[in-house]
Amino acid sequence: METSLGSSTQTAGQEQTASQEPRREHRFICIGCPMGCELLVVTEVSEEGGPPSAVSGNACKIGERYGREEATNPTRVMTSSVRVLGGDMKMLSVKTARPIPKGKIWDCAEAMRGLSVNAPVKIGDIIIKNAASTGVDIIATRNIARGSA
Amino acid sequence: MREVSLAIVGGGPAGLSAAISARESGLGGTPPAGGIVIIERGRALGGILNQCIHNGFGLHIFKEELTGPEYAHRLVEACVRLGIEYKLNTMVTDLGTDTDGAKTLTLFSREGAERIRAKAVILAMGCRERPRGALRIPGSRCAGIYTAGLAQELVNMKGLMPGKTVVVLGSGDIGLIMARRMTLEGAEVKGVYELMPYSGGLKRNIAQCLNDYGIPLKLSHTVTRIEGQEFGRGESSDGCGRLRGVWTAAVDASGAPLYATEEFTACDTLLLSVGLIPENELSKRIGVRLSEVTGGPLVDDSLQTSVPGVFACGNVLHVHDLADNVTLEAYRAGESAARCIRGGAGAFGVTGGVRRIGLRAGRGVRYVVPNEIILPAGPKPSAGPDAEPGAEYTAYFRSDNVYRDVYIRVRLAPEGSCSDSEGAVIKSVSKRIVTPGEMETLKFSLETGKAATLEVRIEAKG
Ligand SMILES: Cc1cc2nc3c(=O)[nH]c(=O)nc-3n(C[C@H](O)[C@H](O)[C@H](O)COP(=O)(O)OP(=O)(O)OC[C@H]3O[C@@H](n4cnc5c(N)ncnc54)[C@H](O)[C@@H]3O)c2cc1C
Ligand code: SF4
Repeated sequence: METSLGSSTQTAGQEQTASQEPRREHRFICIGCPMGCELLVVTEVSEEGGPPSAVSGNACKIGERYGREEATNPTRVMTSSVRVLGGDMKMLSVKTARPIPKGKIWDCAEAMRGLSVNAPVKIGDIIIKNAASTGVDIIATRNIARGSA
Repeated sequence: MREVSLAIVGGGPAGLSAAISARESGLGGTPPAGGIVIIERGRALGGILNQCIHNGFGLHIFKEELTGPEYAHRLVEACVRLGIEYKLNTMVTDLGTDTDGAKTLTLFSREGAERIRAKAVILAMGCRERPRGALRIPGSRCAGIYTAGLAQELVNMKGLMPGKTVVVLGSGDIGLIMARRMTLEGAEVKGVYELMPYSGGLKRNIAQCLNDYGIPLKLSHTVTRIEGQEFGRGESSDGCGRLRGVWTAAVDASGAPLYATEEFTACDTLLLSVGLIPENELSKRIGVRLSEVTGGPLVDDSLQTSVPGVFACGNVLHVHDLADNVTLEAYRAGESAARCIRGGAGAFGVTGGVRRIGLRAGRGVRYVVPNEIILPAGPKPSAGPDAEPGAEYTAYFRSDNVYRDVYIRVRLAPEGSCSDSEGAVIKSVSKRIVTPGEMETLKFSLETGKAATLEVRIEAKG
């Protein structure tokens, strides 16, 4: 079995001519437990805006929720590290303070490239405000004192 | 010689958590006499968590999703609040037992060598990565081959990129995490090759580290040859002696490469994520008996090793996938050590007055921790139960394969019988799936006086 079951951004986008509604199928592996159920999520963008979705392949409720979220609004906490000047460590580990839309991960990574901060840094300090216009800050995940690395 | 009550070797999550619980179990005393001391060879507390900058730690313990450094920070803060002493940049190089049963530790730091005596010791040295040498992949001895953990340290702690085009061998969690990390740092990760027909990593990491980035996972595949320029013999003027690529092939059911399927993948970096080995050189020095399966110490249910007064927890005992499980295990070790110290020498581990019940891995189970359960000493009614009624024990184990729709069971195994005999079932839990990549736990209580040996097994339904 090859688990290159497609990056979950890839969708087998099938237009349903019968209903006129854009109907899309998404396939994910549920991460809720080691079962790793293979989920099929069908989303239909309705007139009212909200995309109702049907999840199948899940063996329990967790999979249903995960499948729906992944299909409609997948989010991730992104972590990275940036250079520190004048600190007792070379690199500062950072994260997005909240999960960001999956599609914004690259923009956030780009925003951090080449960035450096000055010591001292305290855990929770804001490193980038409103990173890549996500409305989410990038914050420090450790303390760094002044010193030489 | 300086005396402490409890010396903890290693300041990772295991050592820190053990210190916290020992203190909270009432182990007091202030340094330099008495007290608890953590000895860490690194320049900071937190162990391997310092380089695990991704999130996903602490859901069980802190009910929040933290990154590795944040998880470490919480534990360090608690230690500081509790006034626990620690020594950094200090390596424990030897461990022994004095004539009076106290333990002696030899420490090395920039200040020189020092010896201390401790009533009890907790081993929390973690593990190290299996290197290339242990894999015996033929081919060139070129540059560009790293263990995934070393690459993690280079990228996250030093800000150095090991390479630009990457192949990962082994689907352990660190390899998966690094596939994503290097991708985000601009490298091209060509694929993750796993010898087994299943991944050794967590499902979550497959989904969020590989699938999110379209990185293929090739199960039942391995690297058969490594191609690069030998040092000093390279024709290229730039990266002399650098990896040029790897040959990969599918493997058959026995893990042997099917050479007809061999393919070349160009890459300048090969990351190895092929398992961790508990770091037990010190344990051997003091005579601790080790398991042939895990490489970690054999322990009883208090996490005491075969040497009385020496306890073990965390990755030095067996490899954990979740730091939360390390903390829970270490809490137990800290508590037990405190009890051992309070009770004076011989409260635990003495053979007189207690009964030991073996706990072994049966069908489908690769290993179990603990290896023994100690029933409380003291007078007991001859016909009555051995254990205090309701005393609960937990078996931690890993399966040897992927099993679906099975029972995980603890059974009585009458002494001396072969492991296929059917003893009475003590505990049975139905599982939809059991995989080697995720540690299983099974809680059970012992009400019967008959047990000599117990066995954890995986049994088919019906
Ligand atoms: C490279 C690597 C990456 C990992 N990444 C992840 C991950 O991403 N997610 C995850 O959940 N788990 C990860 N793990 C597993 C992780 O190690 C455990 O979850 C947990 O950190 C184990 O805690 P520990 O305290 O037992 O060991 P460690 O965290 O390894 O701590 C052991 C400490 O002991 C010290 N030490 C060892 N020997 C001596 C000595 N002789 N004298 C003094 N000090 C000594 C070491 O310096 C170290 O600080 C990783 C493991 C490794 C090896
Ligand atoms: S759907 Fe339920 S059973 Fe299936 S993987 Fe997700 S959590 Fe596990």
